[in-house]
Amino acid sequence: MARVSLSGIKKNYGGVEIIKGVDIDIADGEFTVFVGPSGCGKSTLLRMIAGLEDISDGTLTIGERVVNDLPPKDRSIAMVFQSYAIFPHMTVRENLAFGLTIANAPKAEKDAKVAEAARILQMEHLLERRPSQLSGGQRQRVAIGRAIVRKPGVFLFDEPLSNLDAALRVDMRMELSKLHADLGATMIYVTHDQVEAMTLADKIVVLNAGIVQQVGSPLELYHRPANIFVAGFIGSPKMNFLKVRVEAVDATSVTVGSADIGKLVLPRANATAKVGDEVTIGMRPHHLTVGGAQDITGRVVLVERLGNETLAAVVLGSGQQIIAALPGDIDVAPGQELHLATQADRASLFLANGLAA
Amino acid sequence: MAAITSDNHGLRLAARYAVLVLIAVIFIFPLIFMLMSSLKPDQQLLTDTESLRAFLPVGDISLDNYFAAFRRAPVGLFVFNSVLVTGLTVLLSLVVCSLAAFAFVFVDWRGRELVLTLILATLIVPFETIAIPLLLISANLPWIGLEGVTRGWLNSYQVQIVPFVADGLTIFLFVQYFKDLPGELIEAARVEGASWWQIYRRVVMPLAGPVLATAAILKFLAMYNQYLWPLMVVQQERYRPVMVGLQYFFQLNRAWGEIMAYLSLITVPVLAFYLFLQRAFIASIASTGVKG
Repeated sequence: MARVSLSGIKKNYGGVEIIKGVDIDIADGEFTVFVGPSGCGKSTLLRMIAGLEDISDGTLTIGERVVNDLPPKDRSIAMVFQSYAIFPHMTVRENLAFGLTIANAPKAEKDAKVAEAARILQMEHLLERRPSQLSGGQRQRVAIGRAIVRKPGVFLFDEPLSNLDAALRVDMRMELSKLHADLGATMIYVTHDQVEAMTLADKIVVLNAGIVQQVGSPLELYHRPANIFVAGFIGSPKMNFLKVRVEAVDATSVTVGSADIGKLVLPRANATAKVGDEVTIGMRPHHLTVGGAQDITGRVVLVERLGNETLAAVVLGSGQQIIAALPGDIDVAPGQELHLATQADRASLFLANGLAA
Repeated sequence: MAAITSDNHGLRLAARYAVLVLIAVIFIFPLIFMLMSSLKPDQQLLTDTESLRAFLPVGDISLDNYFAAFRRAPVGLFVFNSVLVTGLTVLLSLVVCSLAAFAFVFVDWRGRELVLTLILATLIVPFETIAIPLLLISANLPWIGLEGVTRGWLNSYQVQIVPFVADGLTIFLFVQYFKDLPGELIEAARVEGASWWQIYRRVVMPLAGPVLATAAILKFLAMYNQYLWPLMVVQQERYRPVMVGLQYFFQLNRAWGEIMAYLSLITVPVLAFYLFLQRAFIASIASTGVKG
């Protein structure tokens, strides 16, 4: 096990800065997820930690050692790739033992460690098979097993579930959580899927365009997004954003208003917004309810029934559209007028520069 | 749209097979002619060419031409020389060219694109243009053998082997194949602690079966059919390969039956080698067209 510390990490490709100075501290045994849209640099960052990409600037520490210039094998890491990257010409046993074979480990040690990994992942019966004889989920397990065998300080996962079908992905997600609990190892996990990030992480790092947008626990990010990007990225369906104007500010609250939402008093201590500012209010679809005191009125244009809930797309008077997550069996239909209420204490407020007010 | 019935499906299949059989026949008839002619006396051989009898084992059939061929030339020695030179060149070439391709594809070093381009550019240089400079170089190269240090490689095995160990085509074949291997396999091996050599030996080469077979067959054919170069650099019979040995049959009295017998004999190693690698060769051709 090991803690990982990134300090001022940068990456340039031919003069273009891809990673623009990242500072992250990952505690020993923590499950950290890097999440962000395609091209945000999350995989590059992981590969820099693995030693598969050079670090242009900054300091990377794993355990107590600065590892900037160490090759991957000396960093006490193991990595699970998106394509699994298990060797097709070797049996499962040979795949699991690959690192030990390379290191000329004694046969007894190899057998013991392979047996242990196979037991943890419940694949003792697959050891003599070749990868071509395995299903996607089983291949993924072999890739994870190969990492376990090495007993690394840090496990690195690069979108390991994205090649699996939806049902299997949910199963493997739970298994990974359990694996983390059992091994207690430091794990860094890259995904573009915010559901994976929310369910697996102790700590989420949201990245966009090579810059860390926010670091925090899943619920911190969900309830107190630091900026409009994080607010939009975390949560499904996406947070609704509406343009409003600040009408009053005092020590404990900010009052905003617009034709769409009327007047809304948001409890905010020491808000940085000033009267007259054009700001954005963020409301989660799940915080909108039908009826209630503060009316947001609009016309339903689309209804998606998911069984446990119903998603209704509602167009407001100004033409802005919002999504409301309503009870599963609610009686709504396209064309119908709908009165929604929001929970003012759970709404977010963003200044013109995108930062939370 | 016309429905595809089982009838016209069968017809189309038959037509396709007919074309394939025709092509196969075109390719195999010269071989049959050679084999049949090698069994006939010269007089019958020449008259048979006027009819389909040329392709049939009819008339005065015997192995006399084979015995005569062995009397006229040291066939065994020539085949041994060719197999030795070809075999060693193929083996060395597979090792050297795959290592070079590995360095071009997987190892990041300054100038690799330029060097690879230069190597590929040699593909358009005909051998005839470099034959004379190569001869002059070979004539002066030192060699450490059982007799100590000697100068000049003419009349030796190495002069037939070493210049052909590395070539642009074989490197190109390996480079193309390696580029199609998933990069994550190599990265996984690096993370697991494998050195470049271990990655080459334990990961890349075990997956290179199809390209090894292709490169081996192409190299084998090119080497086995060598004529100009051995003619230039080998004057002693003991190092002479099969193709140069063919000259023995074109002197004074030209015996077609013996020529056919000799050709049949020297075709055997080629067919044996091809049949040995056939499956992998076909797999390789198939894999270059169809991406998995």
